[in-house]
Formats: sequence, structure tokens, C-alpha cells
Amino acid sequence: MKSFTYERPSTPAEAAAAVGRTPDAKFIAGGTNLLDLMKLQIETPRHLVDVNGLGLDTVEPTDQGGLRIGALVRNTDLAAHPRVRKDYGVLARALLAGASGQLRNKATTAGNLLQRTRCPYFYDTAQACNKRQPGSGCSALDGVSRQLAVIGGSEACIATHPGDMAVAMRVLDATVETIDAGGAARNIPIAAFHRLPGDDPSRDTNLKPGELITAVTLPKPVAGTHIYRKVRDRASYAYALVSVAAILGKDGTGHVAFGGVAPKPWRVEAAEADLPKGAKAVTEQVFADAKPTHENAYKLKLAERTLGAALNQARA
Amino acid sequence: MVGATAPAAATRTDEPVLAKVTLTVNGQRRDLELDTRTSLLDAAREHLHLTGSKKGCDHGQCGACTMIVDGRRINACLTLAIMHQGAEITTIEGLGQPDHLHPMQAAFVKHDGYQCGYCTPGQICSGVAVLEEIKAGIPSHVTADLEAAPQITEAEIRERMSGNICRCGAYSNIVEAMTEVAEARA
Repeated sequence: MKSFTYERPSTPAEAAAAVGRTPDAKFIAGGTNLLDLMKLQIETPRHLVDVNGLGLDTVEPTDQGGLRIGALVRNTDLAAHPRVRKDYGVLARALLAGASGQLRNKATTAGNLLQRTRCPYFYDTAQACNKRQPGSGCSALDGVSRQLAVIGGSEACIATHPGDMAVAMRVLDATVETIDAGGAARNIPIAAFHRLPGDDPSRDTNLKPGELITAVTLPKPVAGTHIYRKVRDRASYAYALVSVAAILGKDGTGHVAFGGVAPKPWRVEAAEADLPKGAKAVTEQVFADAKPTHENAYKLKLAERTLGAALNQARA
Repeated sequence: MVGATAPAAATRTDEPVLAKVTLTVNGQRRDLELDTRTSLLDAAREHLHLTGSKKGCDHGQCGACTMIVDGRRINACLTLAIMHQGAEITTIEGLGQPDHLHPMQAAFVKHDGYQCGYCTPGQICSGVAVLEEIKAGIPSHVTADLEAAPQITEAEIRERMSGNICRCGAYSNIVEAMTEVAEARA
């Protein structure tokens, strides 16, 4: 690990300003992803701004009937929150499907949104990776791509967003609240938060340098069966090959987003009108532009079947 | 700010940066001056000579380093010691000692909850915390009804212990040990 200086400010504005003015500075919250990457020298910040002293750790009702989740609410606490369990089951289920108990105790709401891909070529510093080292190429395109993206990728990168929480937030139409280095606040719809790689895979999100997530807000609850169905290589503590976050009625109407298939949570709202017709009618539209590799084409069928299982669960 | 001023943008010297931190470890106040890079695990093992907590993968994948920090189990390898100013930390040494074992330690001995023993301190710290998490009503991936209180079942224990790897494969005996402690307490 490269050495770094450290500070622990006490207000969000101070934290954002500190990262904005310091070269190669990063925020650290739970640290479970950042420290992992720092040990491998994939991330080499010169300065860490510890945000754990900022508060931002409560879940509060909003005037619109929704919830405002502080950026530093731990994954365990969010999944266990009574309102989340009662009204946003898809979010509780997604959180509980992710990582391990130890990691969920540390991992934060904001940090989870910002976690980086687990593409094996991003992690292996001996390999070409445009996300880790812009311009170096992408070893994944002709490499071991079984876990990687089938849609939304580019000639430069086919890494996936690895998270579960963000997929549920996408189907819930969450909004990310931030403050930038100059102190200005803005709201970013979750659909516009993560970005596709295009020709610059090094940037995972549309955040500006020094911009700090302060909260995630959820609109008022959506009725229906809340489902998060995750298919992975073992029963626990593994990343999704495919996941489905859905809120469905008994007649099949509702909303669905997919995880494990793209650089961001993948949702095509226009396809949702066909949910009552069954899984295939929907996935044919959602994945119409898919460009799978020879190793991950199975994900298209798996996505259809996982959605089918979710529809069956909602009808039961 | 530790390290006075932010480093110059030009060449990177990679000089160590030192910082002071005070931790309460197993009930004892410990004042340390550490390289900012020091993980909580390395602080315990290398600086406090509490070598019960083990370094397995050093990447949060194996759970051998599990400690209980402010009442919660975490991977001590994936957190910096300096981020825990004033924290209350319990390692395996603080749970029990050979002459007065914690009930979970005694149950692991009784049920052969280990073979080589390397993962065991992490398993036991995690096991103690898992029973507290269920008691506190925190749901898991296998909890059928999100709004009901989770129960202590084999499926719940197995799911909640998935962040602790045992390469000897003592899992079924670990489940038995944890179940016995849970039943004795109920």
C-alpha cells in the first residue's frame, strides 16, 4: 500500500472541500472496497478524508411519504430498518443478498453505490484494463468473461457493476443527494448516477471530483410483492451472475431491474408493460441490444428464467 | 490533519505518515502511534502482540481476522486502526482465556469445531456476534418473513457464518457448537 495522509472532518462541506482541493484525495467510509484496492495498488490515494465523523447515519421519513437514507447508514442497519423491511422489501432483500455479515456491518449506503467492479482484469495489475489504466486495452474482451457484462459495455470495457443494493434502488427510482467541493447540493436520479464505459471506462459514475454523497432518498412505497432474486455460484457470499429486483402484482404488472449483466443496474422501463405476458416478452426487449461474449451468452437465458421465477413467486 | 500538509503533486516519495490513535482493546486503554496504513488487524497483532486474530487472505474474504468493534463483528484486515479512535475492540483474547473459556470457546472444544485452528478465533468472534445479531432481530438472506423476528436455525447460522471460511471443513461442528450455546442461553 502507498502511504497517505489522513484527516477526519466533521461536516459534509468540509469533507467535500478537502477532497476537492487535495491532489489524489479520496473519501473513505466503510473502507471495505477501497482498502482492498489500496493493498493491491489499484487505488493509490495520497490523502484520505474519513467521512465517518459526518453523521449522515439516520433513516428518516420524507414529506413525500418516502425515506431519506443517510450516506453513512450501514448496510446491516438499512436492511434491518423497520420501514425498509415493511415497505421496501426489495431493498432489504438486495442488501442481505450481498457480501458477508462482517462486511455489511461496515459497508455504507454511499460506499456501496461507489464500489468498483470485480472484473478479474481490473484486479490483476499485470493485465490490460482501460478502467484501471486508461488506454492500456481490455484483456476481458477475449479473456475469461463468464461473469462480465452482456449489455451496456463497449469495445473498451465489459466490466459489470458488482452490487446488489443499487439494483433495488434502480427499481425503486431512488435519488442520490450530493454536495460538491464548492458546497453546492444536487440530486441525481439513480438512473443517471452510474455511467456506461463508452471510451472512458475509468469513470464509474457521473460524480464530479470532490462531490460527496450525503443521502439516498426513496419515493413513497410501491405496492406489490418485493422480490430480489440473485443467481450466483454458491448459496452465499458471492457476486451475482444475474439478479432480478422486482416489484410485481399477482397479475404480473410491475417493475423490474437486472443486476450482474451490465456496467450499471439495467432497467428498460418501456419493456415493463409486457410483464403480464411473461418473462420472455420482457427480456427480449431489455436485452435487445445485448452483445454477449461466447462465455457469457448464458446470462441472457438465465435473466429470462430468473425473471420467470420472480413472476411465479409474485403469482403464488 | 495528519501529515501536516497535503503531499506535493510532483514526485511521490512514499514516506511513512505516522498518526496517534487510542483504542480500548479487551477493556484496556492502548495508546499507539502508527503508520496511517496500519490495519486494525496489524495494530493488534504487530503492535499490541495480540496474535489470536489471524491474517488469512488480508482482503476480507476469509473472516480469520474477525473482531468485535463497538459491539459489531468486522473484518479487521479491511479497516484502518486510525479510523477507530476511542473504539471498544474485543479480540479472541478478550472473549476468554484457557482458564476461563467463553461459552462459545468451550462449545467449539466440545464439538470439535476446528481442526488446524487457524480460522477458529475469527469463527468464534463471528459466532458470538451472530447470536447477538439474531437476538437483536437483524434479518438475513434466508429469513423467510422480513417483518418477523429471525429464529436460530441451522440455515440462519450457515448463512450468517458465510464470511468465515474453514478450509478443514469443520462447518457442521461449528453449527453444532453455536446451536448449543444459543440453546443454553435461551
